[in-house]
Amino acid sequence: MTNALEIEGLTKTYGDGFQALKGIDLHVREGDFFALLGPNGAGKSTTLGIVCSLVNKTAGKVRVFGHDIDTNLADAKLNLGVVPQEFNFNQFEKVFDIVTTQAGYYGIPLSRASVSAEKYLKKLGLWDKRNTPARMLSGGMKRRLMIARALVHEPKLLILDEPTAGVDIELRRSMWTFLEEMNREGTTIILTTHYLEEAEALCRNIAIIDHGKILKHTSKRELLQQLSVETFVLDTEKELSGVPELDDVICRINDEGALEVDVEKGQALNAVFAQLDQLGIKVVSMRTKANRLEELFIRMVEENAAEARKNVEGAA
Amino acid sequence: MKLDALWVAFYTIVLREVRRFTRIWPQTLLPPAVTMTLYFIIFGNLIGSRIGEMGGFNYMQFIVPGLIMMAVITNSYANVVSSFFSMKFQRSIEELLVSPVPNWVILAGYVTGGMARGLGIGVIVTALSLAFTQLSIHSFPMVVVTVFLTSALFALGGFINAMLATKFDDISIVPTFVLTPLTYLGGVFYSIDMLPGFWQGVSMANPILYMVNGFRFGILGVSDVNPFVSLGMILVFIVVLAFVALRMLERGKGIRH
Repeated sequence: MTNALEIEGLTKTYGDGFQALKGIDLHVREGDFFALLGPNGAGKSTTLGIVCSLVNKTAGKVRVFGHDIDTNLADAKLNLGVVPQEFNFNQFEKVFDIVTTQAGYYGIPLSRASVSAEKYLKKLGLWDKRNTPARMLSGGMKRRLMIARALVHEPKLLILDEPTAGVDIELRRSMWTFLEEMNREGTTIILTTHYLEEAEALCRNIAIIDHGKILKHTSKRELLQQLSVETFVLDTEKELSGVPELDDVICRINDEGALEVDVEKGQALNAVFAQLDQLGIKVVSMRTKANRLEELFIRMVEENAAEARKNVEGAA
Repeated sequence: MKLDALWVAFYTIVLREVRRFTRIWPQTLLPPAVTMTLYFIIFGNLIGSRIGEMGGFNYMQFIVPGLIMMAVITNSYANVVSSFFSMKFQRSIEELLVSPVPNWVILAGYVTGGMARGLGIGVIVTALSLAFTQLSIHSFPMVVVTVFLTSALFALGGFINAMLATKFDDISIVPTFVLTPLTYLGGVFYSIDMLPGFWQGVSMANPILYMVNGFRFGILGVSDVNPFVSLGMILVFIVVLAFVALRMLERGKGIRH
């Protein structure tokens, strides 16, 4: 299988001397659902900006489906669809015009562009708004408009920079479903997100970037295996008045009033349930906490920051 | 991209530009029509009747070619500078940057969009002028070539201005402090024969003088300068500005980090 995206030794130094990328290597397999994670200013948007030709690179190689952006930029771009972090369409234009105009930039005549625009506007629930100026749309609709615009030329690789930032939970879930469907149909997807729950739910492979360096580049499964503690969320029949005292486990009550229990890997849950039973607490449902990735992410970024501090102190 | 795809991309940019300036016609098409009508009434009819003949024509006939050219110049420039800078400001320029459209097609699309507005205004102003005076055309090819090339040249100028601009003030500085004075001093309202020798020499350094006179030659058959020198100068300027604009696009000046 070919790689949808290959990045080798990519560096970027901005005009003010800030080094945003310090020689990163990255590859994304065709058909993958890939997350590029990192704190603010880590280099995520710069990396994607270079891939999409919105940022000039300082050095390194970028290939999209084998097309080098230095020597074959047009073919690389034909394979790419981009959903940026911020709204970047003309707010005075109508929804349908925005999408078909984008198709025109890819050389798709209006007759074909109209069919494709209709397909994606319908899929994303915007068909009724096709004659509405973009400024009249809600935030969530604007995000969906950017996705329709990015897909109108049927790209093989879709890049989304914070696609669900600021949208409500219901809409976020429907966007997840849509993206999963696109991925199943063969579109390779790369996303950056601050919602690590999103990356955990959607992505198969993950890279964590911080201070312009890739800290981890692996599968989600492998990454999650590094967790020594797993958190379970237990919904109880009655609301708990206080945190129950349980042996060998740490527990707490979360914002929703459910009981969260941290269990060591390999530790049986029977003992936990036995103790809860003795305390007269009835558990009606149980699930794993979805933000396990968040714990790992925070740990890695903190370790990286600590190492950087140590290096600075050592140099001093 | 293949040739037919390039044509679609070019056509898309032009169509988008035309849609933009026709959508906001009270800001783009109406004001020059009103302004030029006032020029015709005040300078042509009221004051012009007291001035008498200039270059063998009554004053109204003399100023009409200059006023048409002034409208073409300012509108060709204004369309591109405001449209492209707005795209930069709203970041909708990224729609073009992520697409495979070559830079020369982007430039050609914007320049053609600017020309569409400039020449459209030229037609409107010409039609309005016919309500005040009669025009007979001395050389139709000269009229067409001069007005097309001048419109292209100032659309290119507007494009470069928009590339360099970082705030809205920057897109009004050149039209206000460079374009308008050069146009007024470019022989729109007078023949440079009326000026003392020194100021005639200074006027010859004003490129707009050549364009106005080239166009006036096409309509009236009179000019302060050789009309073929005018055409040559416009062509040289077009080549230079197109090269500069393409270099800026290639380097992503003001549009890529």
